[in-house]
Amino acid sequence: MKILIKGGHVVDPGNKLDEIMDILVEDARISQVAKHIKAEVDKIIEAQEKIVMPGIVDMHVHLREPGREDKETVCSGSRAALAGGITSILAMPNTEPTMDSVEHLKILKEAIQKSAKNNVFICAAITKSRQGEALNDIASLKKFGAIAISDDGASIESDSVMLEALKTAKKEGILVICHSEDKKLSNGGQVNLGFTSTRLGLRGVSSESEYKRIERDIELAEKTGARVHIAHVSCKESVEIIAKAKKKGFEVTCETAPHYFSFSDEEVLGYDTNFKMNPPLRGKEDVLAIRKGLLDGIIDVIASDHAPHTENEKDIEFERAEFGVIGLETELAAATTELLGDCLLNWTQLAEKMALNPSRILGINKGTLSVGADADIIVINPAKEWVVKKERFLSKSRNSAFIGRTLKGFVEYTFYKGKGHKWNS
Amino acid sequence: MEEKAKILDKDAISRALTRIAHEIVEKNKGTENLCLVGIRSRGVYLAQRLSFCIKNIEGKNVPTGALDITLYRDDLALASGLPIVRKTEIDFDINDKNLVLVDDVLYTGRTIRAALDALIDFGRPKSIQLAVLVDRGHRELPVRADYAGKNIPTSKDEAVEVRLQETEGIDEVVIMKNNDKTQNPK
Amino acid sequence: MNWIRKDLLGLEELSKEELELILSTAESFKEISSREIKKVPALRGKTVVNLFYEPSTRTRVSFEVAAKRLSADVINIAAETSSVKKGETLIDTGRNIEALKADIIVMRHNCSGAAAMLSRNVNLSVVNAGDGWHEHPTQALLDIFTLKEKLGRIEGLNVSIVGDIAHSRVARSNIWGLTKLGANVTVCAPKMLIPPGIEGMNVVVTNNIDFALKDADAVNVLRMQFERDGQAAFPKQLEYFKEFGITEERLEQAEKDIIVMHPGPINRGIEMSSAVADGAHSVILEQVTNGIAVRMAVLFLVAQANEKIKNENTD
Repeated sequence: MKILIKGGHVVDPGNKLDEIMDILVEDARISQVAKHIKAEVDKIIEAQEKIVMPGIVDMHVHLREPGREDKETVCSGSRAALAGGITSILAMPNTEPTMDSVEHLKILKEAIQKSAKNNVFICAAITKSRQGEALNDIASLKKFGAIAISDDGASIESDSVMLEALKTAKKEGILVICHSEDKKLSNGGQVNLGFTSTRLGLRGVSSESEYKRIERDIELAEKTGARVHIAHVSCKESVEIIAKAKKKGFEVTCETAPHYFSFSDEEVLGYDTNFKMNPPLRGKEDVLAIRKGLLDGIIDVIASDHAPHTENEKDIEFERAEFGVIGLETELAAATTELLGDCLLNWTQLAEKMALNPSRILGINKGTLSVGADADIIVINPAKEWVVKKERFLSKSRNSAFIGRTLKGFVEYTFYKGKGHKWNS
Repeated sequence: MEEKAKILDKDAISRALTRIAHEIVEKNKGTENLCLVGIRSRGVYLAQRLSFCIKNIEGKNVPTGALDITLYRDDLALASGLPIVRKTEIDFDINDKNLVLVDDVLYTGRTIRAALDALIDFGRPKSIQLAVLVDRGHRELPVRADYAGKNIPTSKDEAVEVRLQETEGIDEVVIMKNNDKTQNPK
Repeated sequence: MNWIRKDLLGLEELSKEELELILSTAESFKEISSREIKKVPALRGKTVVNLFYEPSTRTRVSFEVAAKRLSADVINIAAETSSVKKGETLIDTGRNIEALKADIIVMRHNCSGAAAMLSRNVNLSVVNAGDGWHEHPTQALLDIFTLKEKLGRIEGLNVSIVGDIAHSRVARSNIWGLTKLGANVTVCAPKMLIPPGIEGMNVVVTNNIDFALKDADAVNVLRMQFERDGQAAFPKQLEYFKEFGITEERLEQAEKDIIVMHPGPINRGIEMSSAVADGAHSVILEQVTNGIAVRMAVLFLVAQANEKIKNENTD
C-alpha cells in the first residue's frame, strides 16, 4: 500500500522542515519526504493549504483501564486520541489496580495489545498504590515496559521517600513525572484561591500549594541528578521557578494543558463542573504567564491531562464532583486556536511542544517525519472552524471544558503506522 | 389601538361623580357607617374624589381606603404585563359598614370578584355597593353596578380608557379601537 | 420594571432595579401579616417544597409561613428522612419533586452552587435558602428591608458586617445587595476569617471592631461557629468576644445611633452581649417579622414569572 500526501505544508521540527512538500508512505513507514514526488501510488491525499505534521504525542492521559472502564478504556481512549490527531499516548498509572507491579502492568499491556488503536506507552507508579510510602520495584517495572514513573494525582509527601525515589530513578535511568501539589496547602480546595473562590464560596487552592512543591521536587532532583518532568503547570510562579532552574542549567522539563492557556478561573463562576480540574484554572495573569512560558520555551510540552469522568461524577454539586476534564479530541484545536498567531507560537513551535519534545523527553522514537520512521502523520486544515459538541465525542466521557466553543483548526486525517483515518466535523 | 371617540371630558366626569355622590348619600341615608374603598390604581383616585364630593354635600368625612387586588386575581400570569403588587391601605374597620367599592371601568366583573374576596378577608361589611365611572357591558360574572357614571355599549375589540389628572394628567374617557386582532383589549 | 426570573439564586446576579422591586413588593406584603385573616389567595393551588439538606428551623419556618400566607400548599423534606441518604443525586431529587407537579423548590444545601445546579436541571422555580458559603439571598433581603424600614434609605448608609466573613453566605449576599443599592460596606473579622480578594466586592476590610463601628449606621453581626470541619476557626470564644463582641460600651463610643442586626440564632456573650441583643439598638425580632414579607414577595414573584414563562412556551 502506497499513499502520497501531496502538496501540504510540512512542519517537522525534528528535521527542520517548514515548507511545501510531499510525503510518500509505504505500508507502515515513511519512505520519502521531498518536493514533487513522482510515484505510482494507491492513494493520493491532496494536502494543499493543509498542515502536515508528525502525529501528536500526548504524555499525560488517563485511560482508566483497568478498573474504571465505564469512564474510558484503552480502546475508546486511543480511538478518541486518533480523532484528535494523537498517535502516541502515555497512560498514567492511577488505575484500579494501580500500575505498581509487573503483575498489574501485565493487565494493561494485554489490554493495549488487544485493543489499542495507537501507540500506548505505560507510566508506572512510583510508590505502592500511590500512597507515597513504599517504593515500587522500579527496575522490574522499567524492564517490563514502563517508560516513566509518576504518582500522578498525588505528590509524594515525604521528602525522604521522594529523595529515595529520585535516586532509584537516576540509577535506573527512568523519567520521573511530578504531580506537584502540597495537599496540606491545597487543603481540600475546589477552585483557585482568590476573588473567584470568595465569590463562589468555595474553598480555594493557592498557587503556593503548586509552586512550593515544584520547588522541592526540583531541589531534590538536582541533588540526585534524576530527570524530572513537571506535570500540568498552571500558575505564574511555577513558570518562574522552572525558568530559574533551567537558566541554572538543570535539566528539568514541564508541560501545561490546553485549559490552562485557554481559560481563567472566571469560567468557574457558573459552577460548571467541566471547569473543575486539579490544579484549578488560575487567574488571568497566570494564563498570560503560561502563554508566555510556552513562547519563551520554558514550558516544553502541551499535554491534555485527559481525565474522563462519567456524568454521575460530574453532574452533581460542585464540591462533590470529580476533578478533571477530557482533552484528547480538542487539544490540538485548542492550541491552534489560542496559541498560533503574531507574537505567539508558529507551527514549528507547536509541533515541537506537541510531538517532538514529548518524544524526546520520554525517549521514544516518535514525533518526527524522518524517512524510515513509523508513518504517524496528521493533516490539519488550519482554516476550518468547528463547534465542539458534547454528543460528538468518541471518548466514553463528555466532561470537556470546550463544549460549545468554536475552535479553528481541524484534524482531517490521522495516519497511524500508515493507516489513514479521515475525520469529519 | 387608536382613539375612536371621546365619551366623557373633564366636566362630564365631574358631573358624573357629583351625581354618584348624591346617589350614595341618598341610598345610604347620609354618611353614617359609610366608607369608600377604591381599587388600585384609578379607583383609588375616584374614591377620593367621591369622598370630597360627599363632604361638600354632607359636611362629613367618609373613611376612604385603597385596595390592591393583584393577589386575588384568577389570572396570575395571563395578564399582558406582570402586575406589580402594591399596598392595600384600609386603616379603618369595615365590619358592619356600608362599603362602597369604587373602580374606573366595569367590564367582565372579574376584578370586582377579586375585590370582594379581598374585602371579605378584612371583615364583614353590612353591605358592599359598587360604584364605577363607566360600565361597558360584557359581564362574565353576575356582577352589577349600583352607581354608574355612564353606560357605554362597546364591542369586545374595543377598549375603554379612563384617564385621570392624578395618573395621566388629564380627565377624560375614550374608546380605543383595536386594529391589531392579536391584542387583548382591556 | 418586571420580574422575569423563575429563580432566586443569589443577589450577585440581580440588578439594582430588581432588588428594589423585591423590596417594594415586600412592603406591600407586610400589611397582610397585620390583618386578622393573614392570608391571600395569590398562590392558591401552588405547591412549595422546602428541601432542606441542612437543619434550619428558622429559615424553613419563615418560608413555610410565607408560603401559607399566600395560600400555597407546603411540603417539607428534610435530608435526613428522605432518599438523599440512599445516594440519590440532587438532580434526581429535583426531577422527582418536579414530577409531583410542585411549583417551587426552596432549598437549603451545604454545597455552594447547589441551587444554581438544581435550577439548570428543573423547570420549576428554585429559591435559594442558603447554599454552602455562597449566598443566602432572602436573609440579606430581609436585612436590607429592615434597614430601609428603619432608616428610610439604603443609599449612602454605612453598614458594617462583623464575624466569620469567610464562611458566611449571609455576608456575601448582604455585600452584593447593599453595595448595589449604594451603601458603603465594611467587613470586620479576625484576619483568618477574611476571605482573599474580598476587596473586589467593593468593601472596606478591617480587623478593628471600633473602626468598624465608628461611623456605622448599622452593624450586621454574624453567627460565629467555632468548629468547622473539626478545625478551630478561631481559638477561644471569650477572646473573640473581647476583641469583636458588640457591647453597649462599644456602641456608645460610636458616632451614630447604630442599628444592630443578627441573622440568628444568637450566641449571647460571644457575638454580642445580652444587653445589646435585647436593647434599644437591636432590631433582631423585627428582622424575623420582615423575613416573612420578603419571602412572600420572593415566592410570589418567581411563581408569577415562571407561570408566564410556561404560558409563553405553550403558546
